[in-house]
Amino acid sequence: MEKPEYNQAIVRSFVNWSIVWGLVAVLVGVIVSFQMIYPDLNFPPYLTFGRLRPLHTNAGIYGWGVGTIFALFLYIVQRLCKTGLWSNKLASFQLWFFNATIIAAAVTLLLGYTTSKEYHELEWPIDVMVVVLWVAFAINIIMTIIKRKEEQMYISLWYMMAAIVGVAILYLVNAAAVPVSLFKSYSAYAGTNDANVHWWFGHNAVAMALTAPPLAMFYYFLPKSTGVPIYSHRLSIISFWSLIFMYLWTGAHHLLWTPVPDWIQTLAMAFSVMLIAPSWGSVINGYLSMNGQWQQMKENYLVKFLILGITFYGLQTLQGPMQAIRTFSAFIHYTDWIPGHIHMGTLGWVSLIAFAGIYFLVPRIYGREVYSIPLANLHFWLVVVGQLIYSVSLWVAGVMQAGMWNAVNADGSLTYTFMETMVEMYPYWWARAVGGVIYLAGVLVFIYNIWMSVRKGQPATATATATAAAGSAGRA
Amino acid sequence: MWEKRPVLLLILATAAILVGTVVTMVLPFVWVNTEADRIASVTPYTPLQQEGRDLYIREGCNNCHTQTVRPLVTEVLRYGDYSKSGEFVYDRPFLWGSKRTGPDLARLGGKYPDSWHYKHMDSPRSMVPRTNMPDYAWMKTNLLDPEMVRRKMQVLGFPYTEEQIKALVGKNEIDALVAYLQKLGSDIPWRVATQATMVGELKNPFVRDHQAMEEGREIYKKNCASCHGEHLDGDIAPPLNGLTQTDAALFETLYNGLPAGGMPGFASLGASKIWQVVSYLKYHDHEKGQH
Ligand code: HEC
Ligand code: HEC
Ligand code: HEM
Repeated sequence: MEKPEYNQAIVRSFVNWSIVWGLVAVLVGVIVSFQMIYPDLNFPPYLTFGRLRPLHTNAGIYGWGVGTIFALFLYIVQRLCKTGLWSNKLASFQLWFFNATIIAAAVTLLLGYTTSKEYHELEWPIDVMVVVLWVAFAINIIMTIIKRKEEQMYISLWYMMAAIVGVAILYLVNAAAVPVSLFKSYSAYAGTNDANVHWWFGHNAVAMALTAPPLAMFYYFLPKSTGVPIYSHRLSIISFWSLIFMYLWTGAHHLLWTPVPDWIQTLAMAFSVMLIAPSWGSVINGYLSMNGQWQQMKENYLVKFLILGITFYGLQTLQGPMQAIRTFSAFIHYTDWIPGHIHMGTLGWVSLIAFAGIYFLVPRIYGREVYSIPLANLHFWLVVVGQLIYSVSLWVAGVMQAGMWNAVNADGSLTYTFMETMVEMYPYWWARAVGGVIYLAGVLVFIYNIWMSVRKGQPATATATATAAAGSAGRA
Repeated sequence: MWEKRPVLLLILATAAILVGTVVTMVLPFVWVNTEADRIASVTPYTPLQQEGRDLYIREGCNNCHTQTVRPLVTEVLRYGDYSKSGEFVYDRPFLWGSKRTGPDLARLGGKYPDSWHYKHMDSPRSMVPRTNMPDYAWMKTNLLDPEMVRRKMQVLGFPYTEEQIKALVGKNEIDALVAYLQKLGSDIPWRVATQATMVGELKNPFVRDHQAMEEGREIYKKNCASCHGEHLDGDIAPPLNGLTQTDAALFETLYNGLPAGGMPGFASLGASKIWQVVSYLKYHDHEKGQH
């Protein structure tokens, strides 16, 4: 019985708290989507669109995204290493410091303390907190891996370690600033340099926080939920190394046609297109693992979450490279198309994998079976439909907007004034808000289901405990 | 083998991450913001402007507004000359943005008179009825902190004078914001450079054409009423109900604007629409409200 040495309590707390922040993120998302339709919903000074939108993105990426990374990694690392955490004290510190950081982030953003850099808005004192938090997490994961009882490190651990160093480098470099006061600092880089450093960070935050960690989870939870191993180990190796090598070249695809030197833009464009290969390496590996097991899509709700999740990842990594091509970027950059892209990634890919991971964990961390599979299915359909309404309506909106911005009359003058194009967006913004409300309903069903599992779920069966004890996943 | 050695894996992963990082992120520092892309006429922000910029950041205006004009035909037509690297050397942080819920502001400076901005910041919907830009009237009640601004100028290393700091006393946040907005993109003389000189005879193709005057009225409502008043009786700009200029002179005014007086140019509307407005202004009977 090696069970007692696993630290389940910390996983449980991280799951609970990341769900709280996930709910905040979705709720604030719905609020800002309505502010875009009804500007009267701005309540200055704290609750205006300009301050709430960063709160939404930060709660989503750092509260829900990083929160679930902490929760699921702390679980996975113990299982794959067949040993408890290196330090339970450090993990407890990490938990309360995580919540303190998210609360400090939320409060300061509402107070207007912001650097304005997208996904890196937090001012320097909170940056320091984020760094401490990440170091605490990194040490615990790496030390646990070092003292592991299983010689071979499974794929998930590679992605985890890459994410740990990747985030550290990106965050530190982009955070460089000179403080003026406790809540105001100026970037260490100016103008075009600042833009280039920032989007090197920005795109690789996507790589190291919203791609590598969910891939680590996917590679663990897919074999765990289905009982089938990952199709090809060699494909995993190739896609891992090429993914982490190529991502770093692509930041400037957010800056096409701007004053950033052309050759950087061209490199970014080329590497973005090449990124399709490693991205789809994982997608295909996931699909082929399911060969002969596709009936599980019907029988096993976890598989639905995981396979739809990786499917959205596949679509995301085709759409992304397309957006990274100069001619296409000229058209859709700055339009509503982009939030459509983002939310297929965050609501579709990242969140579906996190939901699957949490459902998988319920019997193992709460000792209770999931309360209701039909509710889990309802949750699945609400979030998938909500997200599709969101993304599809904004893709249509973006194409229309781009078309109108670029329309010219026979004499070479512009066909539409800015406002003539802007008012056409309202119906689509409505559709997006409706999609958001449906997604929120899905999240509420999820929370209810987890809550009821804890309160009224059947005691966890032997299978759950048995798989829990079985150790590493797949062919590792 | 790296699959069994975590430290080796960490080192290899770091190396893989650093290659692209060094080439596309570190290396550009050799060229960007050097003499090569310096523009002599670009100056640092004054204390008032810098404070305005920090307020723009505080309020997250960058969530709806971008600040880079790309070298694309329609974009230059809509916003003005495309952005150059040398124009941003004093920007910490950069504010290029990623989403145009509202229009690009990189070339805003000099487009409108200050009075337009005051009114617009107070209540954007009083000027542009269907905009979703929030009201910022509340910022008028917040006064600036001159000593804090001085600290900022020192940290940034920008030149400033005691008079400039003293002048901040009693100024409010909107004063600073407007000063910043008026500086945007105006360090290079692009407005003058793009002024068109009218060649040949300008002849109004519509004159008393009813259809054209009807169209002209609509164009007026959308583009001119916020400054010249719904009924041409003037607001922050002079009334237009007693115009005596020739059609050709009016055309030229509308096409190029009167940059010194705060009247924006409307070349992007195209000649045909401009003539329709000219017809509406000149030949519509504004007193009786009929053509
Ligand atoms: C919710 C999105 C939103 C936010 C936030 C926002 N704006 Fe706007 N802004 C718009 C829209 C839409 C327009 C176009 C219609 C209009 O003029 O109001 C606009 C127009 C403008 C214009 C006129 C530009 C032109 O060329 O006509 C200025 C100047 C401006 N905004 C400044 C600001 C400043 C300064 C802030 C922050 C304090 C801000 N905006 C915040 C949406 C926004
Ligand atoms: C941002 C506010 C603003 C907008 C919008 C604007 N104007 Fe003006 N306009 C002015 C100002 C200010 C002046 C006075 C300039 C001066 O005296 O140098 C002016 C002057 C004029 C004049 C010259 C008046 C005279 O008595 O000589 C005409 C004609 C005119 N505008 C027409 C238009 C038309 C037509 C439109 C819409 C297509 C328009 N304006 C839009 C601000 C504006
Ligand atoms: C091969 C992989 C991908 C490529 C090449 C790619 C490419 C791009 C490009 C070019 C943009 C900028 C669009 C513009 O502003 O014009 C963008 C935006 C974005 N993408 Fe992707 N994408 C990829 C995968 C993903 C994934 C998996 C996610 C996960 C959530 C994601 C999340 C985002 C986000 C959050 C933004 C918004 C950035 C902003 O605020 O402007 N992307 N992507």
